[in-house]
Amino acid sequence: MKILVCMKQVPQKDAPLKLNESGTWIREDVSYEVNEPDAYALEEALRQKEKHGGEVVVITSGPARSQQVLREALAKGADRAIHLEDNAFVGLDALNTARAFAAAVKEEQFDLIFTGLQSDDYGYAQTGVVLAELLGWPHATIIMHIEKNDAGIRVKRELEAGFFQFVDMPLPAVLTIQSGINKLRYATLIGIKQAKNKPLRKVAMADVQSALSTNLQKIERLYVPQKTKQTQFLEGPAAEIAKKLVDKLRNEVRVL
Amino acid sequence: MSLKFRGVDFIGFDALLTDDELLVRDTSRKFIEDNLIPIIEECNRAGRFPRELVKPMADLGFFGASLKGYGCAGMSNVEYGLVMQEMERGDSGVRSFVSVQSALVMYPIYAFGSDEQKQTWLPALQSGEKLGCFGLTEPDFGSNPGGMRTRARKVGKEYVLNGEKMWITSGSIANVAVIWAKVEDEDNKIRGFLVETDRPGFKAEDIHGKWSLRASVTSGLSMQDVHIPESNLLPKSGGLKSPLMCLNQARYGIAWGALGAAMSCYDCALQYSILRKQFHDKPIASHQLVQEKLTWMINEITKAQLLVLQVGRLKDKDKAGAQHISMAKRNNVWMALECARKSRDILGANGVADEYPLMRHMMNLESVKTYEGTHDIHTLIIGQSVTGIDAF
Repeated sequence: MKILVCMKQVPQKDAPLKLNESGTWIREDVSYEVNEPDAYALEEALRQKEKHGGEVVVITSGPARSQQVLREALAKGADRAIHLEDNAFVGLDALNTARAFAAAVKEEQFDLIFTGLQSDDYGYAQTGVVLAELLGWPHATIIMHIEKNDAGIRVKRELEAGFFQFVDMPLPAVLTIQSGINKLRYATLIGIKQAKNKPLRKVAMADVQSALSTNLQKIERLYVPQKTKQTQFLEGPAAEIAKKLVDKLRNEVRVL
Repeated sequence: MSLKFRGVDFIGFDALLTDDELLVRDTSRKFIEDNLIPIIEECNRAGRFPRELVKPMADLGFFGASLKGYGCAGMSNVEYGLVMQEMERGDSGVRSFVSVQSALVMYPIYAFGSDEQKQTWLPALQSGEKLGCFGLTEPDFGSNPGGMRTRARKVGKEYVLNGEKMWITSGSIANVAVIWAKVEDEDNKIRGFLVETDRPGFKAEDIHGKWSLRASVTSGLSMQDVHIPESNLLPKSGGLKSPLMCLNQARYGIAWGALGAAMSCYDCALQYSILRKQFHDKPIASHQLVQEKLTWMINEITKAQLLVLQVGRLKDKDKAGAQHISMAKRNNVWMALECARKSRDILGANGVADEYPLMRHMMNLESVKTYEGTHDIHTLIIGQSVTGIDAF
């Protein structure tokens, strides 16, 4: 099976975040890491390849720093990588990111495309689904398990309240992978050395520009929730205070 | 309450590292965070070496990481150093185990061994299937190994070894010991021998009651008429210089390792000082005396990073002298021990309990300050280097 894994570099979960000047995103000077669900998507792809043979290709978009995500994936065992390298990719919405990916891999024939369920920063959970639509492929989300069969694949989806759904799908297909479905491997030191010799194709903004349009979605303002604490003293006879208190709990705090 | 390590980088040190170096560090960090941190306090309490980590560490390529071939990763010296840093951020004892396996067992076989010895031992040591130890120090000869009493006598096609070795990391769990002995038929020249530990006459007894490096095994070795085939001699070893070359490898790793221990202490104290409130509900980090300690630590850690990185870069160009490695080992272990003490101070009584790693690091570092050339011996190596006069 030939599998493409879409990966994203996101700010480290534990990193203290500072907003940028315009208050629309965070400042660049934080530590970055692989988006967690994408790491599980990669792991699943590597396991599928180990079972059925084939090739695992990883793709990301973003500035030079985001190449680290691809290097790590190559060190873990991916065969080659595609980097859509430009600062401008950071600000793309899910539709345009999916368009850019589709344009960058239009010469390739994949059996499966994996994405993480969602990104830890924007959290849209849309890119994979939109990509499937653009390619005209079926898709399934929140995947817990993948089994190859003669007709295609059978996947297990996580629903709410402890329910699961099994879906039979033809190939090619797009799957968005849930975190925690497998045990992540570490890059080995030898793997890191070997990654240097694996192919990494760079795609410039200009190469995919014609497929893109203006963002339909944008972040207007980002802010840290204000912590406020107010103390009010209710005065008067006990019965009246009780009445006021009930009113506040019901209508202001809304806990009753 | 456990505080998660966040890394330490005051002056954009990471920008001095290549992408590969960063990946090596981050991978090692994650491995240690996932596998060693959750069990280390229990190991330290029980005086237990976490043997279950040998295979996973081998799989990642931690043993003999800087050697080429035989299944080894062929890391640069800086990459190898970063692995050591992350290991010792976890625990000096576990780092010591890796140092011994890599720098004191695999390296001498790699540097002084025959092709057959390399083929036999290096892949097995790399994969963790076999473990090794290094026997140089003796009960009466620590800083002055040249005075050793262990002797090898050539009898026919065999050597017969007699002697005692002391303070031997991994002694009783090793399958093979690299033993340094004076060869009687060669004018008492010091040479290295590979001694399988199941040979008759070879005994290893653990040293109990250690207050330090409790998560690693430390043993005394005794050899009474141990017969080994002559093919177990490390053919290219000759003179005290050979074991000292091994120590140079290990000391270099220690210089990075101590940095890791210091980072662990500093980051713990920093996080604690912001959370802990005293006097008017203010964090103790707002107190000048606490800030002074934190400043001292980040200052010294930053200098130590630059020092050991430069020594690593020199080593990658084969230009690092023993005196350079001595300076890095001496400075970094000293500053790490000071960081452990200052951090423990900041945590007050909490710093004494093993809910926090500070006392463990502090006690470990007392050994690290002593082994592989004491702080004072390194002072003399640097002194010798700058004056040209030997003060030993």
